[in-house]
Amino acid sequence: MTRGSLIWKNLTRSRLRFALTLFAIFIAFFLFGLIQSFDRALNAGADIAAANRLVVSNKINFTQPLPLSYVNRIKTIEGVDMVTHQNWMGSYYQEPRNFIFGFAVDPESFLAIYADDIALPPEQAKAFINDRRGMIAGANEARKYGWKLGDLIPISSNIWEQTDGSKTWELVLDGIFEISSVDTPANGIYLHYDYLNEARSFGKDSTGTIVIATQDPALNDEIANAIDTRFLNSPFATETRTEAAFNASFIEQLGNISLIIISVVGAALFTILIIVSNTMAMSVRERTGEIGVMKALGFPAKTVFALILSEALLLALIGGSLGMGAAWLMATVTAGVPGFPLRLVLYPDIWLMSLGVMIVLGLLTGLLPAWNAYRINIAAAFTRA
Amino acid sequence: MAENISEISSAPTPLIQLRDVSKTYRKSGTDITIFHNLNLEIKAGDFVAVMGPSGSGKTTLLNLLGGIDRADAGSIAINDEELTHMSESRLSRWRADTVGFIFQFYNLMPMLNAASNVELPLLLTRLSRSERRKNVETALQIVGLEDRAGHSPKELSGGQQQRVAIARAIVSDPKLLLCDEPTGDLDRGTAAEILETLQMLNRDFGKTIIMVTHDPEAARYAKRVLHLDKGHFIEKELSS
Ligand SMILES: Nc1ncnc2c1ncn2[C@@H]1O[C@H](COP(=O)(O)OP(=O)(O)OP(=O)(O)O)[C@@H](O)[C@H]1O
Ligand SMILES: [Mg+2]
Repeated sequence: MTRGSLIWKNLTRSRLRFALTLFAIFIAFFLFGLIQSFDRALNAGADIAAANRLVVSNKINFTQPLPLSYVNRIKTIEGVDMVTHQNWMGSYYQEPRNFIFGFAVDPESFLAIYADDIALPPEQAKAFINDRRGMIAGANEARKYGWKLGDLIPISSNIWEQTDGSKTWELVLDGIFEISSVDTPANGIYLHYDYLNEARSFGKDSTGTIVIATQDPALNDEIANAIDTRFLNSPFATETRTEAAFNASFIEQLGNISLIIISVVGAALFTILIIVSNTMAMSVRERTGEIGVMKALGFPAKTVFALILSEALLLALIGGSLGMGAAWLMATVTAGVPGFPLRLVLYPDIWLMSLGVMIVLGLLTGLLPAWNAYRINIAAAFTRA
Repeated sequence: MAENISEISSAPTPLIQLRDVSKTYRKSGTDITIFHNLNLEIKAGDFVAVMGPSGSGKTTLLNLLGGIDRADAGSIAINDEELTHMSESRLSRWRADTVGFIFQFYNLMPMLNAASNVELPLLLTRLSRSERRKNVETALQIVGLEDRAGHSPKELSGGQQQRVAIARAIVSDPKLLLCDEPTGDLDRGTAAEILETLQMLNRDFGKTIIMVTHDPEAARYAKRVLHLDKGHFIEKELSS
């Protein structure tokens, strides 16, 4: 026997109680791990926002169109460095459940404005720019569907229809990109705006959002004002925001959901804190006599304190690790499911954070019982035992 | 006896020396004085039975001798160490080194098997795992339970549990054994076996034993009987 096995024997002396508290902690950390990676997946878009980029959208709602002619008119505004635009595709691959973030773009200006964010080999960029039916796909998408460079890929849209009634565009995969600034595997596809625009039966010469790179972030407010003022009285009034603000509003609906879920997990963690504290306190109270005996045998009070605290820490670490392991398994399984809308990844800092929460849980549930055990008076413990 | 004189001249200070010890408990507002200026000497290698009516302070005495309760006044010196002013942590270490406790209700750890129960005090020592195992084996052999090492307390009879408790008390080789009614919960035959074991530990291993008991039969195993009444001792020498 060692001190470690003594701690373990004490922790597991009541199998049922151990199993139940372990399960409660397991569930809490399973949710914690999933929610953290879920939240990260939702906010991934906000991470690539650049300080000098503005997004112009229809003032009514960003899902409403803007006239393509705005692109050239915005170019003439002072302080504007580069302009590109993107049109939402509502795309999916083969089946509607295989939903893909897809945009029709002007390849050259698009790649120029996102040069620091999108990592695409130069020869693939060139091929994409020169191929009217070309597209580029995020590495995650390509891996998920097994796409290879040069493949002819049918991409369907739940919005746009060709003049012949078909809703499917045959596209050639010219490039596979990564996002350089984030370690999230890249998602989404981009195709030629011209190809979409010529073939579609309605909505011609309109686009979704216009993205601007300004010469200096300090000019952002001024430029945004100038743009919105210029189009204020046209049928398509604009709203110009920083890219970060735009991304944030884009994920706002999902973001609210994540806030709700995080609150629920917080409440769950808190409940489990109470349950585990109570169980630990009860288990130590029942052992008053035994703790008295240990002290009589010569165990110093601080050793008894450490043994009890270790029990609580061990319980939190085992339950927490099992929960995080299950969350990791879940993330790994969903990553292999084609069409799963979010790429859940348990990043190292999520593991680290969970470790921190486990230690805090262990301390919060163990300190008071350990302190009570520390104070147990030997003689009194015997009279009660 | 003739050797009495030589004992006094050559004998070092006794193992246990109580000088003017007072102990008062405060219970719901009123003070109960258990001892007032109590004096006692016990020499090394003695086997003392302490008897007396319930509530006379027998357990309190053992608690004072074992360093798990503190006197209000006076001095308690055991094995040349003064307990009264020792810090809690020094007292724990002193207990681990010097005393073994044996209780009426055995007080074994229910989740540990016999061997682990005996090993428990050794976790406080620097002994290696194999040394610990050897000491545990020896202690269990002394009490005649080497074949029950793997049994948990609930798989053992009362007498066997008390043997495990004795093995636990002697495993770190303390000078002094304090037993509070060690046979109080056992039938006569089993009690006799336990008492013989204690006698053997005193005789063959030189353990100084102080045993509280209500049973005059049990007291006969001791070399010396002290009657505690109203805070004072009345000594009765035993012939055999
Ligand atoms: N922790 C304590 N607080 C208050 N009073 C106590 C405490 N411990 C013992 N007493 C009181 O001190 C007196 C002596 O108790 P003690 O347990 O020493 O008696 P005892 O001789 O061992 O009795 P018994 O034969 O019943 O075991 C009793 O009146 C008891 O109620
Ligand atoms: Mg008593």
